[in-house]
Amino acid sequence: MAERPEDLNLPNAVITRIIKEASTCPLREARRAISQAASVFVLYATSCANNFAMKAKRKTLNAGDVMSAMEEMEFERFLQPLREALEAYKKGQKGKKEASEQKRKDKEKKSSSTDENDKSRDEEEDEHMDDEQEGENEGE
Amino acid sequence: MSGKNMEEKVEQATNSKNISLPVSRVRLIMKSSPDVSCINQDALFLTTKATELFVQHLALSSYKNGSGKETNTLSYSDLANVAEETETFQFLTDILPKKILARDYLKSLEEMEKDDENL
Repeated sequence: MAERPEDLNLPNAVITRIIKEASTCPLREARRAISQAASVFVLYATSCANNFAMKAKRKTLNAGDVMSAMEEMEFERFLQPLREALEAYKKGQKGKKEASEQKRKDKEKKSSSTDENDKSRDEEEDEHMDDEQEGENEGE
Repeated sequence: MSGKNMEEKVEQATNSKNISLPVSRVRLIMKSSPDVSCINQDALFLTTKATELFVQHLALSSYKNGSGKETNTLSYSDLANVAEETETFQFLTDILPKKILARDYLKSLEEMEKDDENL
């Protein structure tokens, strides 16, 4: 829960950067007003999307609800760029997931090899393990 | 600067890979809305992106409509005007009220009181 009213506002620096990319120089008052407008937009969009979710008897807001909310609010111009952005985002997420899984696998391999080097008592067993692993690799 | 150039720049900005607005802040605002329990990750992303598009759209529309074109500036009154005149921005009229001079406001108050007395 937000503790102060300012917490519900989006950071000024970020707002300024977005507007600057549109190449206008906003006066301070305008910047603050746009920041508040953005917060109101989020609230409005959320409540609109929530209506769609409730109609479908769902408790979780999903991407479809947000898209329907945009249409409802007459921001159809956003639909296409939003769809494209969502696709790119999903691809990025998938890539990240695969990368982190690969990292985890690499870590497991590494940790098993360092164990072998540390314990000399288990050397024989490890040799057996190595043989087994090699066998598996050959099988692949 | 011509309007067309500006639109191209805005489009480029929108297509950039990094979203600038903090997702955690957007989630905080969304959760402050009553009746909202859970928010899907994709929905959160879309809302953040949509807000970015909205900020650009609002800034661009206000700028086009406004008086700051020569100086390349955006003023509060440009925003207030666009909120009143454009249907899609009507929901902003409460938080972007038009400014009036204090004396005009007091004058209209007096007139309202007179009307009440007449009744």
